[in-house]
Amino acid sequence: MTPDQAPEFQPGIQPRPSLWRRLDMLSRRGLPAALTGMAVLLLSAPFDLPGQAELLPGILLSSVFFWSVFRPASMSSPIVFLLGMLVDLLGFGPPGVMLLVVLLVHGVALSGRYGFSRAHILVLWLVFDGVSLAATALQWGLISALSLHLVPMIAFAFQWVLGVGVFPLLCVVFSTLGRSIANPDRV
Amino acid sequence: MIPLSITLRQALERLVLPILIVAALGIILLGQADRSLTERVRMGLADILAPAYGLVVWPQEQARDLLGRMRDMGRIEAENQRLRAENANLRHWYDVAAALADENAALKANLHWMPDPSPSFVTGRVVRDTSGLYARSVLVAANVDAGIHKDEIVLDGSGLVGRVTEIGSRSVRVLLLTDASSRIPVRLEVSHGAAIMAGDNSGTPRLIYYPQDNPPVEGERVVTNGEIDTMPAGLPVGQIHYVRPGQPVVIPFASLGHLDIVRVFDYGRSAVVPPDAPGRIPVRRPADSFSLPFPSPLGRG
Repeated sequence: MTPDQAPEFQPGIQPRPSLWRRLDMLSRRGLPAALTGMAVLLLSAPFDLPGQAELLPGILLSSVFFWSVFRPASMSSPIVFLLGMLVDLLGFGPPGVMLLVVLLVHGVALSGRYGFSRAHILVLWLVFDGVSLAATALQWGLISALSLHLVPMIAFAFQWVLGVGVFPLLCVVFSTLGRSIANPDRV
Repeated sequence: MIPLSITLRQALERLVLPILIVAALGIILLGQADRSLTERVRMGLADILAPAYGLVVWPQEQARDLLGRMRDMGRIEAENQRLRAENANLRHWYDVAAALADENAALKANLHWMPDPSPSFVTGRVVRDTSGLYARSVLVAANVDAGIHKDEIVLDGSGLVGRVTEIGSRSVRVLLLTDASSRIPVRLEVSHGAAIMAGDNSGTPRLIYYPQDNPPVEGERVVTNGEIDTMPAGLPVGQIHYVRPGQPVVIPFASLGHLDIVRVFDYGRSAVVPPDAPGRIPVRRPADSFSLPFPSPLGRG
C-alpha cells in the first residue's frame, strides 16, 4: 500500500494538476467510501438473502476499519459519519447507535494505525475480531438500554461471526482495489 | 482558505472525530426524545428509495414466477386430476352456500338486520422488507393520497398482516403482527375464548392472557376480536398450534415471509363513537362552566 500523502510532501517532478487529473484523483480517493455506501444500499434492498440484515454491520465495520487503517484520507471522519447516518436511516433500530459504533471503530483504527498497518494480516484480523466484538457488544448494550428490554443476544453473535468471516475476504478485495483503481498515486 | 499554522490545523483535525462522536450521542438523545422526527426522516429516505427498490423486486418476482410456472408444468396432469375432484366437491358446496345465502337473506329481512358498512381499501405492493434484527415490518408502496391513515388494517389474500404505523407520501410502513411490539386482541373460534396475540419477532406469535379454564384447542381458527376501534371482529388471523404443552402459538394465515400485494383497509375509525355509559356524569365543558348551583328541575339523562 502506498501512503496517501499530499503532493507537496512527495519528492520528484509532478505533472500539472489539470481538471481531469484532479477529477481522476478525487474519484480514486472517493471510491472506498462510494463502494461502502453502495454496499449499504444494496444490502438494505429487498433481495431476500438469508442473513442479509446481519451481514450489513459486518461489511460496514470491516470496510471502515480497513480503510481507516490503510488510507484515512479515503475514509475520513465526516465520511464515516455520513455512512453511519445512512445505515441508521435505512435501519429500524434506535437512531444513532450504529453511527456511534462505527465512529468509535474508526477512532480505534485511526489511533492504532501505525501499528496495525505494519502488522501481519492474521494479526490485523485478530485485532479486528476484538474491535468488532466490542463494537457489537456496545451496539447490543445501547439497543437494549434504549429500548428498555434485553434484546436477544444470539442475533448479535451471528452478526459478529459474519463480520469476522467476511473481513479477510474484504481485505483481499480492498488491497487489490487499493493497489489498482482506488489508488490516487496512479493517476 | 484561511492560512493556518500547521500545528493549529493538526489540532483542528484532531478535534473533528470527538465532535462527530458527540454529535452521534446527540442524535441518539434526539432520537429518543423526538421519535416522530426520526420517523419523518426515515420515511423521506424510504420514499426516495422506493422506486429503486421496486426495480430490485420486479426481476425477482419475474424469476420466481417463471420458476413456479415451470414447476407447475411438470405436474400438470396430477394437478388436473386434483382440480377435477375438487371442482366436483366445490360444486356441492356451492349449492350449499347458495342455499345458505338465501336463507340468511330471508332471516336478515325478518330481523331488520342493519348491514355492516363495507370498508374502503387501497391496494399496494410490498417493496421492501424492513425487518431488522429486532423488528418485523414491511414498506408498502401505495397511493397515500387515496386515504391511508395511521392504524389502518393490512390484509393479504388469506389473512391479517399487520397495522400501518408510519405514513410517507408514496409509501407506508406496516408493523407485522409478528413484531415484538405487536399486541392484537383475538377470539378463538372453537373454544370461544378471548386472548391477546403477542408477537415475539419469530414467525409464530404467542398467545397470552387466554382463559386458563378454557385453553385453546389445537388447530382452531383465530380471528380478530373487534375490541380495537380500527379493527372489526372476525378477520381471519391464523391457526392455533401447540409448540409444547401449555404454550400455544398462532400460525398466521398470511404468508408474512413472502408478502407481495396487500390491501390497506379503512374501517372508518371515527365513524363509530362509543355511546356514553348510562348514568355517567357528563364531562363539564368550558362553555357551561357557570351552571346553576341547585339541581335543574328537569333533571338529566
